Amino acid sequence: MQIDTPLKGLRVAVTGGTSGLGLALVEQLAARGARVAFVARTGSAVGRTARRTGAHGIVGDVGAKDDIYPMALQITGALGGLDVLVNNASSLGPTPLALLADTQCEELAEALQVNVIGPFRLTKALFGALAASAREGRGAVVLNVSSDAAVNAYPGWGAYGASKAALAHLSDIWNEEAAGEGVRFLSLDPGDMDTPLHALAAPDDDPATLRRPQDSAAELIEAIVAALPQRAERAVA
Amino acid sequence: MIAAGRPHASAARLLAMDAAGAVRHRPRAGLAGLFEPDDLVVANDAATLPASLSGTHIPTGAPVEVRLAAWLSLDDATRFVAVAFGAGDHRTPTEDRPPPPPIESGDRLRLGPLVATVERTYGALRLADLRLSGTGDTVRAGVARHGRPIQYAHVPEPLALWDVWTPFAARPIAFEPPSAGFALDWRTVAAFRERGVGFATLTHAAGISSTGDPGLDALLPFDEPYRIPHATAAAVARTKAAGGRVIAIGTTVVRALESAAAGDGRVRAGDGVATGRIGQETPLRVTDAILTGVHRPGESHYELLRAFASNTALEMLAAEAEAHGYRPHEFGDSMLIERDHPHRLASVRSPLLSSCHGLTAASIP
Repeated sequence: MQIDTPLKGLRVAVTGGTSGLGLALVEQLAARGARVAFVARTGSAVGRTARRTGAHGIVGDVGAKDDIYPMALQITGALGGLDVLVNNASSLGPTPLALLADTQCEELAEALQVNVIGPFRLTKALFGALAASAREGRGAVVLNVSSDAAVNAYPGWGAYGASKAALAHLSDIWNEEAAGEGVRFLSLDPGDMDTPLHALAAPDDDPATLRRPQDSAAELIEAIVAALPQRAERAVA
Repeated sequence: MIAAGRPHASAARLLAMDAAGAVRHRPRAGLAGLFEPDDLVVANDAATLPASLSGTHIPTGAPVEVRLAAWLSLDDATRFVAVAFGAGDHRTPTEDRPPPPPIESGDRLRLGPLVATVERTYGALRLADLRLSGTGDTVRAGVARHGRPIQYAHVPEPLALWDVWTPFAARPIAFEPPSAGFALDWRTVAAFRERGVGFATLTHAAGISSTGDPGLDALLPFDEPYRIPHATAAAVARTKAAGGRVIAIGTTVVRALESAAAGDGRVRAGDGVATGRIGQETPLRVTDAILTGVHRPGESHYELLRAFASNTALEMLAAEAEAHGYRPHEFGDSMLIERDHPHRLASVRSPLLSSCHGLTAASIP
């Protein structure tokens, strides 16, 4: 019998937690004993997900500067600290997808706001809590959800791909800088999934050919656990 | 964005007084250079709540501002000790604000999305115990969205939450920022590490520091809950064993460490509540030095400094700060004061005084 201890009591925050990959992460983390706070924009969806999963629901928009600190306050207030932050909320930029020459500047700015600047702000606001967790021997991980569009030049994915490339590079640099504080940064691509975001981007794709977000979530959770100190070390700390 | 009140971080200055009373002027960015390997820097990582809530006193319809000032219990995020103010805002010095409407037990206050019930009043003081309706989560959400950080009359721009969180702010339980922490950034923490200087944190729920009401201010500081992680208690023990110094970043760290200290200087990990005032007669069991703002005689923080240095030395330091234009207040320059001597014998005072007089011109940068 496998005893699923690595997640028990782990304090995790997930943005974009009411649909797709974020919802799958919240469900699995909560079911496996983690203490989870999640953020999403729509109050009714937040309430539904909170009731169903037992996680702390927080209403806020990662793309809105004034929402970030209230969000951080509610996350660390509810969980008493933070071990893991998953920056999952994403904006596609223009929908339907557009060629860069047809993309409005404001659409590119919005993608950067939600996919780069918002995660930067939230990570910065929560960095003190993450570093405190690392100092206490619990470990600290920031997972930034990336995409193969961050690496490959897919026509039509300009705003999204450029913003995800920026986020991936931000992760890599932050990972170097924060190593001394014991905070790890991961940038991972969950693959093409059957999610509302993907349906918005590629409505003609056959869902049967896409990954289930639950499978991607399980893989991301394993990567987070692997980046944390071993449970025994954490227990001693 | 905070502007006028806050010197640019790289321009901030540090006035340091060592155990012998010698004074040095330094750019604050060079803080790590004043510490030695085996020293331990301890900071307060409490994040600051937006503790100022404006609204209406329902029985009279009069405007009211309440400032959450202390916890009744950290386990119950819906109940607070609060100070009431009348109409106006932070641009009016606290002392000149009109009194709040008369507040009695059982009264209700509408504070944006929150409703507060007055559970207890304190005689003539404009102090009350409040219960905010809802759960811990909904109260936290309401405070997060409706509350504003407690403002300072000397800072003209409204302060946002990002202005009052220190770089290492973690759990949101402070009512005013543990402002000595503004002196540090992550580059400074990295410089500590490179030098072999330790860095640890505790979480202390810094309460309101001043109300402008002398009757109330005489009661400050209120009891303040704190939490000391095992890793921090262990780091203090290692530092003491190695003969290093424990440097407290701010008065709240002194309060927590000394409250948790046993007679032998060991610090208990875990939760506690700091009560009472630290002053001239308080023996310091753990802290060897304090980094703090530039305080003036009469401020409550200044009294705590008397535990570190003689009145004469502190007066000399205050005069030095004044003469060289050090900026007081929460976002100003910093002072580092090393404890003069465990028992502050009379015999150490005169050499200290003479070094004071000898410092002047040579120590000016």
